[in-house]
Amino acid sequence: MISLRPLPPTEAFFLSGLYSMAIEQDDIEKIAELARIRIDQGQIGQVTQRITEILRMVDQLQAVDTSEVQPMANPLDATQILRPDEVTESNRREAFQAIAPAVEDGLYLVPKVID
Amino acid sequence: MQWETVIGLEVHLQLATQSKIFSGSPTTFGAQPNTQASAVDLAMPGMLPVLNEKAVRYAVLFGLGIGAEIGMRSVFDRKNYFYPDLPKGYQISQFQHPIVGRGEFEIQLEDGSTRNIGITRAHLEEDAGKSLHEDYHGQSGIDLNRAGTPLLEIVSEPDIRSAEEAVAYLKALHSLVTYLGISDGNMSEGSMRCDINISLRPMGADTLGTRAEIKNVNSFRFVEKAIHHEFERQADILEDGGTIVQETRLYDADKNETRSMRSKEVANDYRYFPEPDLLPIVIDDSYVEALRQQLPELPTQKRDRFVQQYGLGNYDANVLADSRELADYFEAVVAGCGDAKIAANWVQVELLGQLNRGELELASCPVSATNLAGLIARILDNSISGKIAKQVFEAMWQGEGSADAIIEARGLKQVSDSGELESMVDEVIANSAAQVEQYLAADEGKRKKLVGYFVGQVMKLSKGQANPQMVNQLLAKKLQ
Repeated sequence: MISLRPLPPTEAFFLSGLYSMAIEQDDIEKIAELARIRIDQGQIGQVTQRITEILRMVDQLQAVDTSEVQPMANPLDATQILRPDEVTESNRREAFQAIAPAVEDGLYLVPKVID
Repeated sequence: MQWETVIGLEVHLQLATQSKIFSGSPTTFGAQPNTQASAVDLAMPGMLPVLNEKAVRYAVLFGLGIGAEIGMRSVFDRKNYFYPDLPKGYQISQFQHPIVGRGEFEIQLEDGSTRNIGITRAHLEEDAGKSLHEDYHGQSGIDLNRAGTPLLEIVSEPDIRSAEEAVAYLKALHSLVTYLGISDGNMSEGSMRCDINISLRPMGADTLGTRAEIKNVNSFRFVEKAIHHEFERQADILEDGGTIVQETRLYDADKNETRSMRSKEVANDYRYFPEPDLLPIVIDDSYVEALRQQLPELPTQKRDRFVQQYGLGNYDANVLADSRELADYFEAVVAGCGDAKIAANWVQVELLGQLNRGELELASCPVSATNLAGLIARILDNSISGKIAKQVFEAMWQGEGSADAIIEARGLKQVSDSGELESMVDEVIANSAAQVEQYLAADEGKRKKLVGYFVGQVMKLSKGQANPQMVNQLLAKKLQ
């Protein structure tokens, strides 16, 4: 199996738990923003504390020696079934767009986002 | 200061499948908005991805084409970010365990020299949809037809040193993937899009400078212009003692400039994790070997064979081997006329010239390889001169039939009848008393130059159809 470059900070953060003791309010604010979750200023301290507790549990798991264990990509002991390259879907735009809040010219309309 | 440009390219290649990578929706280009977006592509609750076998096969073929390590067990990951044309809130991609690992391939520059460019990796992923920002009452319109289209992201090492090399790399890549048949390589339809990572460093330095990434450049010409522009921008900043900000920039072809695209206050942080809806893809040696057997002769192999087998120069061989269709056409012409060098010349100069002028693809070329071979055969057997052949070629291009039919219909056959030629030579000599006198008075060296006048007159008299060698012989005999 090809394995490339170490994980960037946030993934390493989640997967390793190594930083768990050092989690700061700043980290929580950043993760909340990335996840588009609004946390009231008054609650940040509490959330930080709760996540710190969860990460402490992760730390316990980290104590297990896994140096000989291949990282698991999926809990099922199976591999991906492939489907043949065939078109099996037909156009159901009308049905899908019937439940959309706003459509025009066949497009879904969303609040304007320009990066 | 002398700056060295360091460039790495990320190419997003659309794979030529009928259906999407994780759903059975069609991938046809140019359909009405959202008519090719199924419940899976729209991220309706409970929908699960099922992987397209052909996407896997094409990725492995690419890996074999660049001699790369193949990921026998590869894993899909979720790349998380929010954007309206990404309905799931994540893109299914491959992060730590891609299907294609390190490889390399050769590029050839204009001067015929070659360089090897390293490929870091290539991985499978799905494309996002398209956002249209023109005014929908202050809102954006979203078309999800492209969402879920299979892409192979091909990441190069920072081995590229100039705009010319970048373009050569892309052309070689384009040639390779179309040979392999894994993509149509159509840049104007977005089948091959390119992100350019570019940084400068003082010539001779061995550490890398801070890079900027230029997104979504979609033609060879724009790649070249964007790199030139970005070089100037970065060099100006560095020479003024400034520092380069690591950021994503967008190339604006209309203004020929790059501009900052997104603020990096919150750095992109995609929080990759293994995609729980897909199991690892495991392929075995027999699968890979079967594909290896299917590999066609690749562009560089074909080029080398053209050099060896036909005695062509490296550059010519490279041009002819650029696409499979052109190479096949060329070889059909050689087979039909028996002379590779003349065939190479006609294909490159006349045929490609006409195609370029008419902005035509080889597929819609009005002159078949058989007809071009027929024309060359008439040059080789001295039925027509090279000059007349160009007229015949022009007529073939206009659809007037085979070379023989045109030569016959227009009476263009070269005059090789000695009696007929002799009377023409006599006529020219009789009408050129002064030149004859000059000729006879001249020494051997000068005579060689002066004889050109008589040849020219005979050719004119014969409307270009006299056999030039015979005319020369007759003149030599008569002008004693």
